[in-house]
Amino acid sequence: MHESILAYRHRRYLWLALAVVAASIAGYWWHDPQEPPNGGTVFGYTLGTIGAFLIGWLTWFGIRKRRYSSTLGTVQGWLSAHVYLGLTLIVVVLLHSGFQFGWNVHTLAFVIMVLVIASGLFGVYAYMKYPERMSLNRGGAPRSELVDQLEEIDRRSLRVAEQLGPEFHEFVASGVQRTQLGATLWDRIRGRDRSQVLLRSGGATSVVSNKGQEAALDWVAEQQSRAGDAETQAAIGELSALIRNKRRLLKQLGEDLKLQAIVEIWLYAHVPLTAALLAALTVHIVTVFLYW
Amino acid sequence: MRYDLIIVGGGPAGLSAAARAQELGINCVLLESSPALANTIQRYQKGKHVMAEPSVVPLRSDLEFNAGTREAVLDAWQSGMTGLDVDIRYGSEVVGISGQRPSFEVSLGSGETLQSEAVVLSIGLQGNPRKLGVDGENASFVQYTLDDPDEYSSETIVVVGAGDAAIENAIALARSNKVIIVNRSGEFARAKEGNLNLITRAIEDGAITCFFNTEVSSIEPGAAINLNTETGETRVECNRVIARIGAVPPRRFVESCGIEFPNEDPTTLPELSNQYESNVPGLYVIGALGGYPLIKQAMNQGYEVVEFLQGNDIRPADHGILEEKFRPLPFGLDVDGTLAMIRERIPLFADVNGLVLRELVLASDLLMPKSGDVIFRENDYTNSFMTILAGDVTIEAGGGKTFTLSPGQFFGEMSLLSGRRRSATARAGDGCVVLESPRRDIVRLMSTYEAVRTIVDRLFIERSLRAGLAPDALPGDLEATAARAELRRYKSGEALFSQDEEPDGLHLIRSGSVSVSRRIGGRDIVMSYVAAGNYVGEMALVGQARRSATVQATVNTESVFLSREVFDEMLLRETGLRERMQETVARRVSENLRMEAAPEAGDLISFLMEQGLGEATDVLLIDESLCIGCDNCELACAETHGGTSRLDRAAGPSYAQVHVPTSCRHCEDPHCMTDCPPDAIRRAPNGEVYIQESCIGCGNCERNCPYGVIQMASQKRPATGLMSWLLTGRGDAPGERPPIDANSAAKQAVKCDMCKDLRGGPACVRACPTGAALRMSPAEFVNLTKRAS
Repeated sequence: MHESILAYRHRRYLWLALAVVAASIAGYWWHDPQEPPNGGTVFGYTLGTIGAFLIGWLTWFGIRKRRYSSTLGTVQGWLSAHVYLGLTLIVVVLLHSGFQFGWNVHTLAFVIMVLVIASGLFGVYAYMKYPERMSLNRGGAPRSELVDQLEEIDRRSLRVAEQLGPEFHEFVASGVQRTQLGATLWDRIRGRDRSQVLLRSGGATSVVSNKGQEAALDWVAEQQSRAGDAETQAAIGELSALIRNKRRLLKQLGEDLKLQAIVEIWLYAHVPLTAALLAALTVHIVTVFLYW
Repeated sequence: MRYDLIIVGGGPAGLSAAARAQELGINCVLLESSPALANTIQRYQKGKHVMAEPSVVPLRSDLEFNAGTREAVLDAWQSGMTGLDVDIRYGSEVVGISGQRPSFEVSLGSGETLQSEAVVLSIGLQGNPRKLGVDGENASFVQYTLDDPDEYSSETIVVVGAGDAAIENAIALARSNKVIIVNRSGEFARAKEGNLNLITRAIEDGAITCFFNTEVSSIEPGAAINLNTETGETRVECNRVIARIGAVPPRRFVESCGIEFPNEDPTTLPELSNQYESNVPGLYVIGALGGYPLIKQAMNQGYEVVEFLQGNDIRPADHGILEEKFRPLPFGLDVDGTLAMIRERIPLFADVNGLVLRELVLASDLLMPKSGDVIFRENDYTNSFMTILAGDVTIEAGGGKTFTLSPGQFFGEMSLLSGRRRSATARAGDGCVVLESPRRDIVRLMSTYEAVRTIVDRLFIERSLRAGLAPDALPGDLEATAARAELRRYKSGEALFSQDEEPDGLHLIRSGSVSVSRRIGGRDIVMSYVAAGNYVGEMALVGQARRSATVQATVNTESVFLSREVFDEMLLRETGLRERMQETVARRVSENLRMEAAPEAGDLISFLMEQGLGEATDVLLIDESLCIGCDNCELACAETHGGTSRLDRAAGPSYAQVHVPTSCRHCEDPHCMTDCPPDAIRRAPNGEVYIQESCIGCGNCERNCPYGVIQMASQKRPATGLMSWLLTGRGDAPGERPPIDANSAAKQAVKCDMCKDLRGGPACVRACPTGAALRMSPAEFVNLTKRAS
């Protein structure tokens, strides 16, 4: 239906990026300094200046994204350019350095920059890949509706359990109370289901894992095998069906939270690393001029 | 008791009339059925902000009225009434008014009868709550309203009714009482979905007991209610009975007093003279019942009606505004002279009563365009109605056809009635004066005056036949055809005709839209969506076959229907019509073939139509294959519109990765506009439906919008600097600005205005980092289906 950031406007920023890369390589090829290629030659300074401005401009995306009244292009256009021109930095900065690496602050700035670009690349991958998976996983319903459905199942389970007696009610209520999904970011990324349930055997109680509602289904199956009359059988059957439904929903929700977390998590690296890059870049520039 | 004047109804109009009468020393009584003054305003929620629109009209009353909280407004009136020592009889329900000047008999519910020389009726439109209609209906423990559910605890309360009010009361009371709800039918069919879920759940959980298919048979004085249930009579002891079974609209009562209404339309107002007098001499009607829903207008009328009664022919409060409005006109007439001239020159207004005409002119603008100026342009989305007072206007329709209209004629009715863009450009001639009236006022005029409706409808049909079928027809021919055309109305989902039927005629869609579907392999496949301004049903007529498809209204739809006979005559008479029809048929056949090959595309169109997008003009859709859920669209909306987002991205359903978020779709015939007291909801030339500053925060539009896209919002703190927030964390994050005054209840309706005042277009779309958000018109939906297939 619509263009992705990569395909934006016939990939115009891809072509621009390729032009920048081609010009840099051609310059490096033609330029013949007295000394081995490095950041201190005329060409080296030129590329360094271009690289520094590029980094500044790329960082400005965080501002432009929030300048909601700005009519300077669209955020999508900016992001498309951000991706393609960001990638050119690898070439521009490598050629700027003349491939001189060392255990120093200059190489540190380069390494951080590579990390920023790598995290950004993961972001591009996530943006391309995950929205469609999220949409398919939710099956046309918004997340809030899945949560509503879950609540409705819990409510109905509690009602059936109430009819079945206090033992059932206590069990189902503890399962409802101890349902836990995606409490921490890490849980979300791993898709961890930390649900638990309270089991009572004889006088002793123990809290056990109810991951995927397995424990609950086992317990209900056991009760069903013991149930005497048909009516109780039927009620337990209904409960079992409800819990199976809940398992399906929890899986769906877990997947949704997981995909959403992955789509967001790379920013937790990309943004702080950008701050670090700006700091390292400043040190790099200041020291270069100090020791000139 | 005999009075000079009896005022019935203690709302703003009645209070102001009573105050004026007292001031002038008239022997007068004010009868109010509820136990306090201004019942409607008493029932506003606590602290609600009451606005004083229209701001241009001065207040003329012996009582004070300024915008402020409900409490402040009520206090001012209460102390004003006390200060003037007005005779108010609360709890006095009037059950009948008979007679005419100078001897009226006013009978009260208590059986008492009062006499007076004149009566002012100011009972509003709310009506009185419907009573149970059984023995004991007026017992002390039976009530028909509920102000504060938290007043009661540990009681057994029987709630009678199945509507939203009954459900809301029952749910609220069930928190600390034992509640029994009595429903006459087997389900809660009239309730809103949210309330339906709440009550169903409460009944399932046992929080509320419900008697379905049950009627109240009687009330016992010893606090018990007898119910006629499915299984027989049951007696329920209770502390309280709350009946919420709707209100009796005041019309029946008003008619019983002898006042005539022009027709059966429920929105019709009674006929009144310039001095608010009805057809019954001495019986006056003011306030909302007379068509003036705003508090200030009602209070002014209360003052004026008493002055008129005294024989003082004072000028209405709006005189100065009209004087100002008429000043630039070239006619050299005073206010009354100009109004008379308007009536004389425009045949459409000939039978409209003076008060209504005055109100219409007050709401209208007088345009004096220079010769050659454009009054409106083809494809503009405006929907005002134009009448020519002087000079000529040239209408330039598509295809280079023009025709000239002269003084007394009107134009602009096409967009007004269909909600579609302007179908032609209107250009002013020499010395042109045009009265531009808002849509709401003309719609009201059409519902009140049958003659106005007939004239406008007839001309609409004639002009749409010319535009859609016969551009070269002679005027006389079209007039005859229009007279034989029929206006048909269809509810959403209703079929105009079905596949395989014998064709009976052609439909020109006047408003709304339809979907065309065919049954193929036992399954209905949607072929296309046809918007207002187009015709359907021509295929079978031109090809002389059976209907090849089913055509259904996607929303409430009106069509101009030409019977087969009339259409065949047109085919014979109009040269080129058959060829044009055949071209259309050929185009549709090829479209259908494409859609048949890709049934998923049809499913996507069906899905979009189910979301009510058949009446949309511009809708926000989200491509879920691109949306990363960052909500930058919502932030952009909030930050460009005073801090409140008008869209909810995540809400709403999706199909084939096309998501319809909760966001305004700028309907062709906007539901929100139907009942806006200050007429604050308008349509801009590019189609944006927006709310003006004059919004009084009544919430009608929020309730009337079927898509839940209007919200009541308080004003937010102005934005702090973005850089300081980004760098230091100080100030408010985008989209998280708190209200200026957290305690203020002043709220106004807010909705999407498609960023009409921003350069660059809708901020939501421009702020989407991945290009997932897009706006389109239903005509472009077919582009979506290309991807779906």
